[in-house]
Amino acid sequence: MNQTLTKRKKLRLESDSGWGYAFIAVALIAFSLFTAYPVINAFMISLQKYAPLGSTYVGLENFINSFQDELFWKALKNTLVYTLLTVPMNILLSFLIAILIIPFKKRTQTVFKAIYYLPAVASGVALSVVWLWIFDPLKSGIANQVVGFFGLGNQNWLGSSATAMFSLVIMSWLSSHGTAIIIYLAALLGIDNSYYEAAEIDGATFLQKLWYIVVPFLKPTTLFLLVTGVIGSFQVFQNAYLMTGGGPDHATTMVGLLIFNNAFTYFEFGEAAAQSLLLAVIIAIISFIQFKFFGNDVEY
Amino acid sequence: MGLYNNSLGRKGYLFVRNGTIITFLILFAVATIFPIYFMIISSFGDPVEAGAMSYSIFPSKISFESYKFFFNFSPHSWDWLLNSFIVAACITISNVFFATLAGYAFAKMKFKGKNILFAILLGSMMIPGQVTQVPLYILIVNIFNLQNTYTALIMPSLVTVYNIFLVKQFMSSIPVEIIEAAKIEGCSQPKIFWHIIMPLSKTVMAVLAILTFMAAWNDFFWPFLVTNTMDMQTIQVGLKNFRFANTTYFAPMMAGATISAVPMFILFFSLQKYFLEGVTVGAVKG
Repeated sequence: MNQTLTKRKKLRLESDSGWGYAFIAVALIAFSLFTAYPVINAFMISLQKYAPLGSTYVGLENFINSFQDELFWKALKNTLVYTLLTVPMNILLSFLIAILIIPFKKRTQTVFKAIYYLPAVASGVALSVVWLWIFDPLKSGIANQVVGFFGLGNQNWLGSSATAMFSLVIMSWLSSHGTAIIIYLAALLGIDNSYYEAAEIDGATFLQKLWYIVVPFLKPTTLFLLVTGVIGSFQVFQNAYLMTGGGPDHATTMVGLLIFNNAFTYFEFGEAAAQSLLLAVIIAIISFIQFKFFGNDVEY
Repeated sequence: MGLYNNSLGRKGYLFVRNGTIITFLILFAVATIFPIYFMIISSFGDPVEAGAMSYSIFPSKISFESYKFFFNFSPHSWDWLLNSFIVAACITISNVFFATLAGYAFAKMKFKGKNILFAILLGSMMIPGQVTQVPLYILIVNIFNLQNTYTALIMPSLVTVYNIFLVKQFMSSIPVEIIEAAKIEGCSQPKIFWHIIMPLSKTVMAVLAILTFMAAWNDFFWPFLVTNTMDMQTIQVGLKNFRFANTTYFAPMMAGATISAVPMFILFFSLQKYFLEGVTVGAVKG
C-alpha cells in the first residue's frame, strides 16, 4: 500500500514536471533576458568606461568617482530629505483618513476610496503639466493665490532653490493616497470587534482604543507601507525630471535623476551603472534597518 | 460597537461628529482632486498665450479650440494615442496570459527547483529599476537594434514579476482537491489550466489586466528612451514634447494632459471595483 502510494506520488511529480517548466517558460525567458541579464550586466558596465565599440576596463574608478562627486552626495541628501518629508507624512495622512472613513456605510466608504484613488490613474506627465501651472510664480498662479490668502507673499516655487524641493513635497502630499488608504481600511476591518468591546467595558476612550488596539494591530501594515514607501521614494525622479529638471542649482536633483542624466544625457553608462548599484545597496541597507527596528514584534 | 462609540444616546452629538468628519474628508478630497479638476476645466479655454490671462477656477466658457490646437501641433498626434493603445494592449494580453500561467505553476504544480526559482523572482523585485535601466537600454537599442519599434516598446514588459506574484498569491486559495480530482479523471495540465483554473481566476485576471494596462499607458521613461521619431511615440512622450515646444500655451497644454488622462478615467469609472480590489490582492498578505 505504502509503496504504491509513493510510486503514485512520484508519477505525479514527474508528470507535473514537464508542464511545470512549460508553463513558466515564457516568464522565465523574459525574466532572464530583461531582468537577470541586465542586473549581471550592470556589474560589468560599472567596471568599464563604456563606448559603443569596445569598452575599456577601469576597475573601481566609477565607484570612486561617484564617492568623490559632490553632486552624488547632494543628490543623496536631496533624496533623503524628500523621503523624510513625504513618506511619514503620507502614511500619517492615509492612516488618519482610513480611521475617519471607517464609521461610515460601505457606499460612502467606496465613494471616498474612489476619489482619493483617482489621481493615481492620471499619468505622471499629465499631473506634472498641471502642477507646473499651479506653481506659476506670477501673482495669478494658483499656489500663490492660496498662500496670498494666508497673508504670505509671492513665492517663486519651482524657480528658487529655497522652495523647489518643498514644492515637490507639497505635490506628493496632495497626490493619491488611495492605495495606502485602501490597505489600511482592509487591515482595520480585520480587527475583531471583541477587542473594542472589552476595552469599552474597561471604560476606554476613543483615543485609548486607537492607541492601544488599532495602532499595534496595524503595525505590520504600517511597516509594509513604510518599507515600500521608502523604497519607492528613493527611486522617485519623474516629477523632478519633468518639473524642475533637477534645478535650480541642483536643489531637486535626486539620485534617480542623477543616474538618469549620467546615462542618457551624458552617456556615461559606466558611472550611471555604478551609481545605480550604490543606490541598490543603500535601499537594501535602509530596508534592513527598518525591519530590524520596527519589525521585531511583527508577526507574518 | 467598534472603534467608534455609536450608542451615546444623544442624536445631536452623533450628527455633529459625523458632520465634522465628513467635512474634513471632503476638504481633503477636494485638495486631492483639485489638479484634475483644474486640468479639465482649463482645457476648455482659448488657445492664447498665457502672459495675458488669469486662471479661473470656474469655467467662463467652453471651447474646444485648445484640443484642436493640440492635435494640430503634430501630424502624429493621433498616432500617439494609437501607439499607446497598441503597446498597452499587447503588454496587457501577454501579461494576463503568461503571468497567470506562471502564477499557477508556482502556486499549484510540483516541479524541481520551483521554490528556488520563485525566490529568485521575488528577490529581483527588490532591485531598483535604475539598475536594469542602462543595461536594458544597451540590450534593446545597441545589441538588438530595435530602437523605434513596437517590439522595443513591448518586449521588456511582456510579463512582469509583480504580476506573477499577484497571481500566485491569489491561486494559493484555490483548493488542491479540485486539481487532484481533475488529474484522477485523466485531465492534462493544459486542460486543467484552461477549463478549471482560468474560469476560477477571472477576478485576479481582471485586476491584473487593468493595473497592467494603466501602468503601460502611463509609462513615460521607457517609451521616451527607445523612440526617436514622432510617429513612434506614445501619448505621454508626445505630451512632454508638446509641453517643451509650447511653454506658454496654457489651455492647449491642459487639453493635451486631459487627452492623455481621459482614457484611464473612463477605464477607472467603469471598472472601479477591480481597481480598488486590485490594491489589496497583492498587498495585505504580502
